[in-house]
Amino acid sequence: MAFVVGENQLNEIENTLQKDIIDLGVKCVVLIDMAGNILATRDDGARKHDIYSLAALAAGNFGAVSAMAKIIGEDEFSLLFHKGKSENIHFSKVMDEFLLVTIFSNEVSLGFLRLKVSEAVARISEILSSPVDG
Amino acid sequence: MAFINPKTREVQIKIVYYGPGRGGKTTNLEYIYKKFNERIKTEMVSLKTHGDRTLFFDFLPFDVGRIMGYDIRVQLYTVPGQVKYDSTRKLVLRGVDGIVFVADCMAIVRKKNMLSLKNLYENLSGYNRSIFKIPLVMQYNKIDLADEGIPLLSPQTLDRDLNAQLKAPSFVASAIKGYNVIKTMKKIIMLTMPTIQGQLR
Repeated sequence: MAFVVGENQLNEIENTLQKDIIDLGVKCVVLIDMAGNILATRDDGARKHDIYSLAALAAGNFGAVSAMAKIIGEDEFSLLFHKGKSENIHFSKVMDEFLLVTIFSNEVSLGFLRLKVSEAVARISEILSSPVDG
Repeated sequence: MAFINPKTREVQIKIVYYGPGRGGKTTNLEYIYKKFNERIKTEMVSLKTHGDRTLFFDFLPFDVGRIMGYDIRVQLYTVPGQVKYDSTRKLVLRGVDGIVFVADCMAIVRKKNMLSLKNLYENLSGYNRSIFKIPLVMQYNKIDLADEGIPLLSPQTLDRDLNAQLKAPSFVASAIKGYNVIKTMKKIIMLTMPTIQGQLR
């Protein structure tokens, strides 16, 4: 079995990623599924990351963290964020099957990013829930 | 589950190498990586323990060419074989499109092969998937050890032990020497294609 997301839906998702996330000053954003496949990605054009490996690791990492949450009696952790010296990664679940991975520098505040990510997640959920176009 | 992207005209397929610990799953991927070094643009990702055993998974993305105008990108994963890492094995199986079961030919690990296959069956059931419906290839690895006088199970015995009901295509192999590694990979890719081709139409 394979799943398909329509071309119009992908266009809308990419627009949302560009307008809500990249235009904030974020370096790279990737929408993946929990199997590690990449649905859509946008970046600021400055640096290319190996997003395929990143997607595989992010899906695994998210799965592992969710399993840890269950062990200690939580459904899931609401904030998943790795802080580096100058680059940071933020993860946000989109419905049950997808994950939005955002890479940003210290110039973007985490609070503002979380706000914009949650708006983008709501918008992407809407797009993915609508019927597949031709 | 494979993902078809009509915009970038790309299909992503997930293949998982499963089997008992120290059976040669990582060695399969390392051989493929070495052999197709020029075509694989990224580094192979390996999450290992200090003792060089797979802790979480290995990951190798691999472009296999075009079908019906779509670029086919195969993502090869391994799982940790050790019994205690069951939760991570289960995570890696999520969304799998095809499985290579790497069995160890050594006579002393006969039971471990069977237990690992049973574990695969159970973990797939956890995702409501049936081992009988997922493309599967059996690889009977380490036949090179016969040269060193180590007692091995015959392919017939392994077929009886593991493949009597599944009736999956099987190959004897030597992952460390590369024998039948590419053949195994080509076979599993070939088996996963028909379902995806149907959806590309």
